[in-house]
Amino acid sequence: MSGPNTQYDPVEVATLGDAEIERFVADALAAIAEAGTLDELKQARLDHAGDRSPIALANREIGALPPAARADAGKRVGQARGRVNAALAARQTELEAERDARVLVEEAVDVTLPVERTPRGARHPLQTLAEQVADVFVAMGWEVAEGPELEAEWFNFDALNFGPDHPARQMQDTFFVDPPSSGLVLRTHTSPVQARTLLERGVPVYVCVPGKVFRTDELDATHTPVFHQVEGLAVDEGLTMAHLRGTLDHFARAMFGPDAVTRWRPSFFPFTEPSAEFDLRCFVCAGADTGCRTCGGTGWIEWGGCGMVHPNVLSACGVDPERYQGFAFGMGLERTLMFRHGIEDMRDMVEGDVRFSLHYGMGL
Amino acid sequence: MRVPLPWLAEYAALPAGATGEQVAADLVRVGLEEEGIHGGGVTGPLVVGRVLEFVDEPQKNGKVVRWCSLDVGDLNVENPDGTRSPRGIVCGAHNFVVGDKVVVVLPGAVLPGPFPIAARKTYGHVSDGMICSARELGLGDDHDGIIRLVEWGLDDAPVGADAIALLGLGEETVEVNVTPDRGYALSVRGVARDYALSTGAAFTDPAAVDVPKPTDDGFEVRLADDAPIHGIPGCDRYVARVVRGVDPTRPSPAWMQRRLEQAGMRPISLAVDVTNYVMLAVGQPLHAFDLHRLTAPIVVRRARAGEKLTTLDDVERTLDPEDLLITDDGGARVLALAGVMGGASSEVTDATTDVLVEAAHFDPITVARTARRHKLSTEASRRFERGVDTDLADRAAELAVRLLVEHGGGEAAAVTDVDERVPVPAIELPVGLAERVIGVPLTREDVVAHLERIDCRVTPAGDATLSVTPPSWRPDLRIPVDLVEEVARLVGYDAIPSVLPVAPAGRGLSHSQTARRSVSRALAEHGIVEVLTYPFVAPEVHDAFGLDADDARRRAVRLANPLSDEQPEMRTSLLATLLDALRRNVGRGATDVALFETGLVTRPERLDAVAPQLPVGVLPADGDLAALQAAVPPQPRRVAIVMAGNRVLPGWYGPARPADWTDALDAALLVGRTLGVDVTVTQDGGHAPWHPGRCARLEVDGTLVGHAGELHPKVVSALSLPARTVAAEVDLDVLVAASGELRRAVPVPTFPLAKEDVALVVDEAVPSAAVEAALRDGGGSLLESVRLFDVYTGPQVGEGRKSLAFALRLRAPDRTLTAAEAAAVRDAAVAEAGARTGAVLRGA
Repeated sequence: MSGPNTQYDPVEVATLGDAEIERFVADALAAIAEAGTLDELKQARLDHAGDRSPIALANREIGALPPAARADAGKRVGQARGRVNAALAARQTELEAERDARVLVEEAVDVTLPVERTPRGARHPLQTLAEQVADVFVAMGWEVAEGPELEAEWFNFDALNFGPDHPARQMQDTFFVDPPSSGLVLRTHTSPVQARTLLERGVPVYVCVPGKVFRTDELDATHTPVFHQVEGLAVDEGLTMAHLRGTLDHFARAMFGPDAVTRWRPSFFPFTEPSAEFDLRCFVCAGADTGCRTCGGTGWIEWGGCGMVHPNVLSACGVDPERYQGFAFGMGLERTLMFRHGIEDMRDMVEGDVRFSLHYGMGL
Repeated sequence: MRVPLPWLAEYAALPAGATGEQVAADLVRVGLEEEGIHGGGVTGPLVVGRVLEFVDEPQKNGKVVRWCSLDVGDLNVENPDGTRSPRGIVCGAHNFVVGDKVVVVLPGAVLPGPFPIAARKTYGHVSDGMICSARELGLGDDHDGIIRLVEWGLDDAPVGADAIALLGLGEETVEVNVTPDRGYALSVRGVARDYALSTGAAFTDPAAVDVPKPTDDGFEVRLADDAPIHGIPGCDRYVARVVRGVDPTRPSPAWMQRRLEQAGMRPISLAVDVTNYVMLAVGQPLHAFDLHRLTAPIVVRRARAGEKLTTLDDVERTLDPEDLLITDDGGARVLALAGVMGGASSEVTDATTDVLVEAAHFDPITVARTARRHKLSTEASRRFERGVDTDLADRAAELAVRLLVEHGGGEAAAVTDVDERVPVPAIELPVGLAERVIGVPLTREDVVAHLERIDCRVTPAGDATLSVTPPSWRPDLRIPVDLVEEVARLVGYDAIPSVLPVAPAGRGLSHSQTARRSVSRALAEHGIVEVLTYPFVAPEVHDAFGLDADDARRRAVRLANPLSDEQPEMRTSLLATLLDALRRNVGRGATDVALFETGLVTRPERLDAVAPQLPVGVLPADGDLAALQAAVPPQPRRVAIVMAGNRVLPGWYGPARPADWTDALDAALLVGRTLGVDVTVTQDGGHAPWHPGRCARLEVDGTLVGHAGELHPKVVSALSLPARTVAAEVDLDVLVAASGELRRAVPVPTFPLAKEDVALVVDEAVPSAAVEAALRDGGGSLLESVRLFDVYTGPQVGEGRKSLAFALRLRAPDRTLTAAEAAAVRDAAVAEAGARTGAVLRGA
């Protein structure tokens, strides 16, 4: 924009007529409307609102008018410029919206394309199950205890009241370390951790013990020589079989839902007295289907063993059986996983086939 | 223990029509778990037939079949004219003659299996049924020929009679699992007692018989145990009964043979069958000697070193001084392993007419050790090990004598009863113990009533104590809690309430437990699949791994009784078993496999460690406990990772990227990162089983924690793994121990970042980590981060040289760095790299 012209010559300069201004505006509006692209609009802006546009030139001339005419001319030219600029802005918005819409359409992709570039990972469901079990007990204030898998015979048997001549010791299908006089075995159950826990932590004690155990069974659909158990041990003053039942009931409900029902049958374990085996009411058929594959039609699923800790075990671990008593229980994790999730072949769990783990992903 | 229902019904009043299933359900309530229900799986027509005639017909396949004509009475074929003809049946067996009565199954019947019978064309005839063997009827394993009823003592059965009833095939047998504490339940008598306890049915004791007094002419027996185990004599009672004039040709009665078969034993001869029958009936093992092959006196003594005995199974056994023996001739000749098995020299034969029946009580531990030592678990040893009724020998012998007299035509003669039993002290039971353990209210009267139901003798011993003498068949009841279990069993486990105990406040998972969960989860989220493998390995795996002869990983614990003789060792590394899982997956068609496992390995420091044998029920002395702990080899917890195939799959976005050493290393470092532990990587040029040029050694504060990289090509080939398989193995225990420290905060400065990139040329052998470390040290505290973003080798930097391009990021905590300050930091960093590694700025 040029500055005001003070050296004007009123003779030579005449006021622009309304018709002339109207023509400038009409030309501008027509050019703006015709602009089909942002580039064309840019040209229209230059032509009709730029420094050399007729309106701009007219504006410049206002300064040369006699002062009496300036106000009127300024007002008329200003209004004309306002109309042109408004039209420009409107068209700019319109064209930008058109462009944006077009580009976003052009940039569209097929979101159904596969996006995973690396193979998937997964946890082994037995490990996940062991963690879920531990969490149930930790939530009750229990702790998780562990022990070695290759164990001294004393911990695996004698501390648990299995004497060397006890028939039950012969029934454990034990892997012995060579030579057998080493007094070392692969633990046949997680129960040696009972003894270790009592010796290390003293009483009162409430622990659960998930872990790997070993028996000399050949691998088949329902047996594996290496499997997992979870053990529970609580020793305190005043614990009874009722507390054992309460704990197992709570555990059953945590694992199988609020309607889980358990049943006990008298049994025998050297390290508990009294002893029981406990069954879970079939959570698939609840005993209503004699052809049920989960429970074999019996309505009950054998789940584990339990009982009150034998006084000999407490004595062997330096706990006064006159003052303290407690309970212990244990169950197989493979079995639990099998009937909880309908797995039919034990081999699937132990052969390390990725397809087995991948099916469960990160959870269960 | 298999219990045929009709036999059980003789001792316990079964309700009419009781089924095996109902009886099993009643027994499980008192602790006898069902193992199976046998029998009852046969439907007719199954009848007695007489062989009228047969023709032996040789076949092309070399076999000779018999085309038989059989009279089956009312079931003979009906002709159109109303007359009846015998049935034509093809039979493969030849152990019969014309006139024999046999068991014939006719079309429409179902044999155990189930095996439905129909008329079928075979060997050129239509066979209108089948002549049955014992095995085909589910009566044992005998399949050497068909059943000749004359041999079964059933020749009186009329032709056409129902053989299902005749052979007891409709009878059900319940098999129960007897736990080791309940020896008494290894008898129909014991099971009947428990059935009566469970249901309230009346019990009739089959052993409630009068026995004759010992006679002056009794066969002389001496109990001469000079080396009792734990001070308990090996034999504290020996009853010997003589029966003379038994007819050795007389078979056992059919019902007895049937019951033996149903109970899972084989009928042999009258004398042997009678001893087995009485054992099954009441639980007392018996032995029958041929009296004429014995020389008085019988002496029960321990073996002498070097003595030998050929047992009835035709095995010559060298005896151990701990073995208890039955000997005769004053101890000169060994007759039997007491309570385990007899010898050949004195057994009854088909010529035996005079029998000496032995019924003794042997010490459970003595019998258990002998059975174990000679790997000879017999019906007798199983019962003695678990405890036989201590007051049964004379009555069981009497039952056997009566059966021999009745069925063998003999005559009861001399009676011997050497009884050196000492009375078992009563158990002092605190009255409140049962309630305190079981958790249900129990009065003194309740406890007494329950114990009396199982035939304990209960007398008061003060206000708060009962004196309890268990019955003679319950030697397992020794201490007060044993009695509590009996009370609980009778109260009924169903009656015990459910009360959740309140544990003291716990500390949650330990740091180690949480850390291990995090590691497993991180690896799985990283695209690696967790698997579990067996820890058993073959020693050859150490060779396949290329381990040096003195590599500590060859020092493995060996199992005495491995599942497979090929894999007797415990793994010393996880890779030794995890690579098998990789190979299995590839074998099953997987191509891109990434696996991890967390688990224990066994790393013995020595192989001659011996854990002391310490007594049951006694707290070991501190020294013994320490010795126990020391004998258990260290079992560090590891995590291992293996990968093969592609790490990035080929797709629309671009080509595949095969898994390589970086993926193994990345995963191993991820373990450290997850735990917040700084793991240092250095080149390791010779750690099997890795590639000598592609193996990273991982350390934490100078302690070795593992290795990662590509496997040695020879290992890949020896183990038949996919080419370029990569692997890592890391000690989780060490990493976890190094983790978990409380982290102090560091400020987050907000002044602007200055960027300086440098390219440094070094010898190719210089590790990039060394250059990076020098840059860091040289740059000092203003250097916020250093990141290698390019490695270049080629003509522009010269032979044997490489260019490393680093992005340096600089920031001051308290001001904006000037260009001059940033340049000074960069120059200091480069100078330090130059000093330490000979690095020069590229293009300089």
